[in-house]
Amino acid sequence: MEENNKDARRKFLNNGWKLGLASILGAGALAHLKDGFAFEGSGESIELMDADGNIIEVDSTELEAMAHHMVPHDVRKGIPGRKFVMVVDLAKCQNALACQRACNKHHFVTGDNAWLKVYKMQETEDTSPYWMPSLCMHCDKPACVTVCPVDATFKREDGLVLIDNDRCVGCRFCMAACPYSTRVFNWNDPKQEFELSMDVVEQMHSPEHAGMPSVKGTVDKCDFCPHQAVKGELPHCVTACPNGVFYFGDKNEDTVTNGNETVRLSELLEKNAGYRLFEEMGTDPSVYYLPPKDRLPFEEGLDNYNEFESVEKPDATVENPEAS
Amino acid sequence: MSRYEQLIKDLGPQKFNMRGKLWMGFLLLLIAAGVIAYIDQLIQGQVVTNMRDYVLWGVYISNFVYFVATSFVAAIAVAALRLTNSEWRRPFVRVAEIVAVACIIMAGITIIIDMARPDRMLNLFIHARLQSPITWDVIIIPTFMVVSILLLYFPLLPDLAILRDHYAKTKPRLSKIYGFFALKWNWAAQQVKLQKRSVHLLALMIIPLGLILESIDAYLFSTTYRVGWDSSNFAPYFISGAMVAGLGALITVAYIIRRDKKLESYITDYHFDKFGKLFNLALLIYVYFNINEYVVPLFTSKKAESEHLETLLSGEYALPFWLVSIAGLLLPALLTLFKRFRKPRALFYIAVVAVIGAWWKRYLIVTPTLLHPFLPIQGVPESWRHYFPSLHEWLITSATLAMALLIITLLVRYVPIISIDRLAAEEGLPESKHPESKHKEAAV
Repeated sequence: MEENNKDARRKFLNNGWKLGLASILGAGALAHLKDGFAFEGSGESIELMDADGNIIEVDSTELEAMAHHMVPHDVRKGIPGRKFVMVVDLAKCQNALACQRACNKHHFVTGDNAWLKVYKMQETEDTSPYWMPSLCMHCDKPACVTVCPVDATFKREDGLVLIDNDRCVGCRFCMAACPYSTRVFNWNDPKQEFELSMDVVEQMHSPEHAGMPSVKGTVDKCDFCPHQAVKGELPHCVTACPNGVFYFGDKNEDTVTNGNETVRLSELLEKNAGYRLFEEMGTDPSVYYLPPKDRLPFEEGLDNYNEFESVEKPDATVENPEAS
Repeated sequence: MSRYEQLIKDLGPQKFNMRGKLWMGFLLLLIAAGVIAYIDQLIQGQVVTNMRDYVLWGVYISNFVYFVATSFVAAIAVAALRLTNSEWRRPFVRVAEIVAVACIIMAGITIIIDMARPDRMLNLFIHARLQSPITWDVIIIPTFMVVSILLLYFPLLPDLAILRDHYAKTKPRLSKIYGFFALKWNWAAQQVKLQKRSVHLLALMIIPLGLILESIDAYLFSTTYRVGWDSSNFAPYFISGAMVAGLGALITVAYIIRRDKKLESYITDYHFDKFGKLFNLALLIYVYFNINEYVVPLFTSKKAESEHLETLLSGEYALPFWLVSIAGLLLPALLTLFKRFRKPRALFYIAVVAVIGAWWKRYLIVTPTLLHPFLPIQGVPESWRHYFPSLHEWLITSATLAMALLIITLLVRYVPIISIDRLAAEEGLPESKHPESKHKEAAV
């Protein structure tokens, strides 16, 4: 069974890479290891944990590395056994904005407000400024989900907060409720025709790939890229970042990776005094921040900083089309 | 002309005069413009408004809150005064019921105007989730609407029957219409008893329903983390504000009807004085809650909230804030303490100012808060940092106000605004068929 195999892999990871089977999320640097995966000789049995947590014994020859492909799962329940988290290392961010461009591109963002934004932060005059990428926090106690009248935005068991754009009634209560200002609204027809072919849309249309397509009169936001996770790949912002700011991973596995290095989540947070944004509000975000200690020079990011734009328009000569 | 006929002539339906026709034309014009603007909004999307991702609610929502607040007048002026046997309420009661019905209907329509996908309205029932304050609204608004319509309709039955009988020969078609709505009313003891009981029950119901309605309206805001909304003071604050908005609207409408229909002998200075006192009480309570809402937080407000308060007290919104607070609230509260400002004309002007203040008050509750999110507003066009309604929004909002006035105007046109049946019974007129009529008692 598909799921048994996945859980089996987790067990191996926890036992110190006994068999060198790569985790779905340790993709990047680790993904190639799975190809070299082989068993020698039979008669050697291995203890595995099945999806229900029972320990079972299996002959090692019966194990086979599985190819990564779309795992069928309930879109509203999530990928079984997962708890997706992200760590944003503020020390490494210098507002390169590659994350934002990648996100805008892969989610076909056409509005004026990007889903991933890099804020220029400075608490007071005496404290020094820093760059702070912000995306949907995928809170465990999401204020947006609580107030949604129609269950259009929902919380999954794997931690994701997603939006069903076919159900949303456009009341924007979730946007009012979110303290992170992360939600954007399709005030007009998103006009994605230039970037999306109809065939692709009809085939892929799912809350698991937000913006594919965006729907007029409904809410959009960062979806943590589950369409990438099921392929064993990292979210677009993670792979795009030249500085390795974003670590993405699974809290259940206690592992996160920024594509170059794979680290223990707990160790990373402990060593760097990780924290979460607006902890006092009790929203329990799934995104952690590492403080901007010994950070890359702040000034270098100023060239890229545009206070009034987060989505580059394909044609710069087109003036704000929303002016009416 | 007998006294009875005089009553019917004064209080019964009257054809629109020239001014009335002009008024109707004006309202219909506003409504037509609003309907066109709304159709355009349906086609283009909410992009025709000036709302954007930060100011995600605007004048539609504040206008909705205003309608909800004003509809509370049914609970206070009709039910509360009925249950306390305050006889001076009588000439105002039906006007209050009419205002409440018009406003709650328009509240329901206004909130749909704000929905970007009204085509998916059924989702609110199919996929309803109980923990969302919007679902509470979906339940309470229709409930309040039905109860307030019944509270207007049931006490009206005898009057409809009177008009049915009155027009039986002269205007048979009109008589038939009144007859249809009169539900075969013939003052049978059983009917009167049943009606009395039903009205009493409705009056009992509308008070808690009104309190729940206003509270839920406040919860729409106070269940979010937003500065300026995240306040446990909000529900009573909204209830007291609703008393002001509702009574202000009632006094305004009652005065205009009195002047237009020349009902000075029915709605007297005494009645205005009494309602002026009630209005004064409402205003003073509202002042108190405003102190709780804007003065006390100055001491402990966190950074974001301080910024928000500063915007209101001395920043971008200072002018409207102080206009609303002083002209719309403090002055009316002060002036209505004195008897001469409770004379009909003076009270009317004060009420008009308070009503305009009440409308803008809601605007000031909704908009400035949204301009103060916890994370800075960056990466969006400069225009998103401010909000003022677009032409579409103004046209549509004016149309909703015009529709409310149209409903009031039409009801006032066709419905006796003071119960003829009761007046005839009280005065013991021989034509009265009311079983408790004084002439009948005398006969017994």
